[in-house]
Amino acid sequence: MHGLINQAIERFARGTYGDGFWEGVCRRRNLPVLSFEAMQSYDPEVTEALLDGIADALGKARSEVLEDIGTFLVSSPSTVALRRLLRFGGTGFVDFLLSLDDLPARVRLAVPELELPQMELREHGARSFSFVVRTDGAGKPWFGHVMVGLLRAMADDYGALVVLEHMGASPGREIIAIMLLEASFAEGRAFDLGARAP
Amino acid sequence: MSFAGLDAETLGTVLDTLCPMHLLLDGTGHIRHAGPAMRKLSPGGTPEGMHLSELLDLRRPRASDRMEALLALAGRKLHFALRTPPRTELKGVLVPLPAEAGAAGAEAPAGAVLNLSFGISIVDAVRDFALTSADFAATDLAIEMLYLVEAKSAAMEELRRLNTRLDGARIEALEASVTDKLTGLRNRRALEPVLSRMAETGTDFALMHLDLDHFKHVNDTYGHAAGDAVLQAVASRLTGCTRERDTLIRIGGDEFLLVLPGHSRTETVADLAHRLIREISRPVPFGERLLKVAASVGASLSRDYQPLDPVRMMHDADTALYAAKAAGRGIYRLYTPELGQMGAGGPG
Repeated sequence: MHGLINQAIERFARGTYGDGFWEGVCRRRNLPVLSFEAMQSYDPEVTEALLDGIADALGKARSEVLEDIGTFLVSSPSTVALRRLLRFGGTGFVDFLLSLDDLPARVRLAVPELELPQMELREHGARSFSFVVRTDGAGKPWFGHVMVGLLRAMADDYGALVVLEHMGASPGREIIAIMLLEASFAEGRAFDLGARAP
Repeated sequence: MSFAGLDAETLGTVLDTLCPMHLLLDGTGHIRHAGPAMRKLSPGGTPEGMHLSELLDLRRPRASDRMEALLALAGRKLHFALRTPPRTELKGVLVPLPAEAGAAGAEAPAGAVLNLSFGISIVDAVRDFALTSADFAATDLAIEMLYLVEAKSAAMEELRRLNTRLDGARIEALEASVTDKLTGLRNRRALEPVLSRMAETGTDFALMHLDLDHFKHVNDTYGHAAGDAVLQAVASRLTGCTRERDTLIRIGGDEFLLVLPGHSRTETVADLAHRLIREISRPVPFGERLLKVAASVGASLSRDYQPLDPVRMMHDADTALYAAKAAGRGIYRLYTPELGQMGAGGPG
């Protein structure tokens, strides 16, 4: 698994629950490292162990933890670079949704080794969409849950009011239902094209 | 279907969407209309009515900025810079308009469309002029380019951080690899680099071989913890008596090697050796006890070796130490050829 993903999990756990919590999870799962390098590759089992470990320690479902990670990625100051990169997708939330088809290609441009599952946005009407994540079928579904949290936070970022629901996973794919209630419900967070992420 | 009836206003509206960074020029080179992005680049935001040369400086190809000269460059790649700071560089291409679209009067000379773009200056320009994605045509790759710049910077930053961490770890590992854990002095691995440095720089130096007396007794009687306490005390006293540039090596057990650059006089080396022997003979407090050891020292001086021969110097310092031990406890001997003969002829 790409180090960026493990590092995202680490940042989430340390940032939300503290260093002690994170180190406890790593110790209980007998992980060899406490700190992940973004530009390195790790055994996929490490990622599984981290997610299960955090879910156990919090008494939450894995899917909830994954959603929280997705939200954290967009809203935390420590990952502001990612939020900025996502905001390049479009000037409004719908634009952004439509740009998601390109997300794996965009990610490959930035980090060639980081492979994301294929994804596709389907338009059912002006306000109704579904987002399909193709999974390799082997591992447990995870990306869809992260996307639910991430999309929710991005909607917030754009000032849009949406209802999101993970419709469950069938072999090979996860489906997220997206209902857009109000495209500009609130003042979104500003996005200055020329500002540089710190 | 015909485009002939397109008046300047309609043309401007079309161009505003297709190329937001365009200027519509009349036959005299005055700006009739500017795209929304071009307006943001103009002083006061209203370039209309200005002559092109008041807004932009034609850098390449070198030509007069009169309209006739510009029209002669139609279709070629032009390089401009803004007249006012930050003097952003722009690329452009000019296309003449048929006479009837350029001006209302039939006799008026034809105008032109000048389309501009930032080229590589885009990253700064977006910041300087607070541009948004609405300032670029939907088909323009500018936003993708900005995305790429930012994504690459983030990835590079991450790599830079990784490099810094790895470098820190490497230095730490290097330091650890030549350090004796117990005493904090250098270990055996540090010897060769130090001696080569002395040889390379041609520095005179003294090599001192120091061995503790009664150390085994302390270790056997009071245990390893006591032995360790003695070694640590000896290390700190050696450090206290020597200079920053001296290299102090624990080569093993209770043996130490001192490389002392700049020492070429027998008297100063003897003084230092006696001071070390004196310092080490002071008792070392260990719990309720006072532990006592002594030190024997043998030395050799580089100036006695022409050419320099570190291996022989080591051997000779060792011989001198052997002689010191043979003479009793707490004794210092400097190597002399006579000592060498005694060693060679002795029982060994």
